[in-house]
Amino acid sequence: MQLNGHRIRTVARKEWYHILYDFRTLFILFLMPVVQLIMLGYALNLEIKRVDLAVLDYARSPESTHLVNTFKGSPFFHPFPYDGSAANMDHLFKTHQAHAAMIVPSDFDRQQQRENDISVQFLIDASDANRATLIQNYCNRIIAEYNQNNTMSLSSLFDLRSTIYFNPDQKSAYFFVPGIIAMILIMISTLLTSITIAREKEFGTIEQILVSPIQSQEIIIGKVLPYIALAIMEASFILLLGMIIFDVPFRGNVILLMMLTTLYIITALCLGLLISTQAKTQQIAMMMAITLTLLPTLMLSGLIFPIASMPRILQWITYLVPARYYLLIIRGIMLKGSGGGQLLEPILLLGWFTLFFFIAAIRRMNTTLER
Amino acid sequence: MDAIQIDNFQKQYGSRYAVKGVSFSIHFGELFGLIGPDGAGKTTLIRSVCSLLPPDGGIIKINEMDVYQNISAIRNILGYMPQHFSLYQDLSVEQNLHFFADLYQVPQVSLKDKLEQLYHFSRLEPFKKRKAGALSGGMKQKLALSCALIHTPEVLILDEPTYGIDPVSRQELWEMLHTLQKENITILVSTAYMEEADQCDRIALMHQGKISSLGSPSQLKNAYPYPLYRVSGRDFFPLKKFFLKLPQVHSIQLFGDSIHISFAQKPNETDWEHWKKKTNHILTEWNLLSPSIEDCFIEFTRNSR
Repeated sequence: MQLNGHRIRTVARKEWYHILYDFRTLFILFLMPVVQLIMLGYALNLEIKRVDLAVLDYARSPESTHLVNTFKGSPFFHPFPYDGSAANMDHLFKTHQAHAAMIVPSDFDRQQQRENDISVQFLIDASDANRATLIQNYCNRIIAEYNQNNTMSLSSLFDLRSTIYFNPDQKSAYFFVPGIIAMILIMISTLLTSITIAREKEFGTIEQILVSPIQSQEIIIGKVLPYIALAIMEASFILLLGMIIFDVPFRGNVILLMMLTTLYIITALCLGLLISTQAKTQQIAMMMAITLTLLPTLMLSGLIFPIASMPRILQWITYLVPARYYLLIIRGIMLKGSGGGQLLEPILLLGWFTLFFFIAAIRRMNTTLER
Repeated sequence: MDAIQIDNFQKQYGSRYAVKGVSFSIHFGELFGLIGPDGAGKTTLIRSVCSLLPPDGGIIKINEMDVYQNISAIRNILGYMPQHFSLYQDLSVEQNLHFFADLYQVPQVSLKDKLEQLYHFSRLEPFKKRKAGALSGGMKQKLALSCALIHTPEVLILDEPTYGIDPVSRQELWEMLHTLQKENITILVSTAYMEEADQCDRIALMHQGKISSLGSPSQLKNAYPYPLYRVSGRDFFPLKKFFLKLPQVHSIQLFGDSIHISFAQKPNETDWEHWKKKTNHILTEWNLLSPSIEDCFIEFTRNSR
């Protein structure tokens, strides 16, 4: 492969002019991720902030009030007294007045004095199964807390306590923000280059370039270079934004993350160029870029749904989604402070993808007008 | 030795032939015109000569080199101006010129002189900071021509350079081509405007993927086989109808301001006076006409219609 640095610089400079002269695109380029990050960052949230808990207290004793107060003390629960009959409680769920209900039996105190076999009934709206499970877990935690404080003699043989690493508050943002960054980066980077060659085809400028002695690899390299610079700026902007808005911690090495982010960006830019060599118009190119990046990244990279719980076939397909590797890298570095050695496998696999898209783009770049 | 040799060139799209077996040569320093209507196959042929569309049959040589075996050598000596304006509209005149200069690696030392020469030649100097997209149609073509000339090509190929621009700019463009010819550049130019054929040294009339005749414009005109008259009158349609019925008429072609009629046997003045009476003096004027290239084109492509 022979390369002429002079011609590569020439194409890169021209491409840079196109970027600079197109204020509108540049503006959208930096505005779009802000909107996406804010929208998705707040929408993709598995945390439960407020659970309306209907309390049907038959006991009405100091002990039962204390139990209710324990729930009141938790930031998740918002208990309110309910005076209707137990049989009508599903009405509360249907009208969305409550997400859960607690029924304290009239013999709550006596049962407590007998020291075991205390039964308090919980009813949970499980129309959203995930939420129901979380509510159940929260209830268990609060009941355990209550028991610990009030039961003098009750002690179990062992006490199961889990400590949650890296995200002790289990904040969704910590999990999702790096994922959203991965998605925005691949989508924007692919879009950026996907229209460059298609635009030259649409305007006919490609004819004038192809008739010069330039070679396909020089066109591809010349076109990708300025976009790498632009995408690195974009990536730093998005990363900073994510950290500032959502308060996501940064535990690892910034330089390592930027280097690997650059690798990820180049993968996307080369994919964009590959698309551009195939698409005849900018519109087709953009459609292809969005389809090939948005859905697979959203569904199959582990951004929302854990890969381990997917059907086997889908798990295999996830290996073809570059964002899968970057997610391991960015979550690893940001949340866990992983080093390069621990991330060797995703780094190498991402590297292979970059090389593959780069070579494929060069081979598909036809220096004649033959279709 | 010829600058461009085309031998039995064929090109098809799917099962449809765009060009079916074309052969001709262009001499060094010649201004050669490829004349034909839209869809004749001119652009396909020109793109193939420019190494942009590999032929499905036949050989194209430039300077004795097979174009498709020496693509990079050919592309260095070739200047090409595509049919549609294909420069960067968002870049300025100057930036466009510099881009193509760098693409062809024009040395910095000679670039300054070259640019000065091209600015002078195209009279684009006052507009060099203007975006190419904001130029008028004629100026766009001049810029495109300048970009095609930036690397001082030996062979210049232009695909309908005068398409869609005003008559003054068209004339200027042809004058520019004549100036270039004096610098020993071989020029192949295509056009659908038949009257532009007279600007060329030699022309090939192209129709439905074939060359129907080839030679200098005067040769082609001399080869016109029938006496041709320019006929005018008060109403063309009844006139046309009248002449269609005459046995000695060979062909009738309606033009904007007159009817061109060719005869198998040359009519004499008595015939004309006779016809004038017969048409109730709708027929007013008739002159023997030397055929134009358009008349030639219509006559020579008659059989393939």
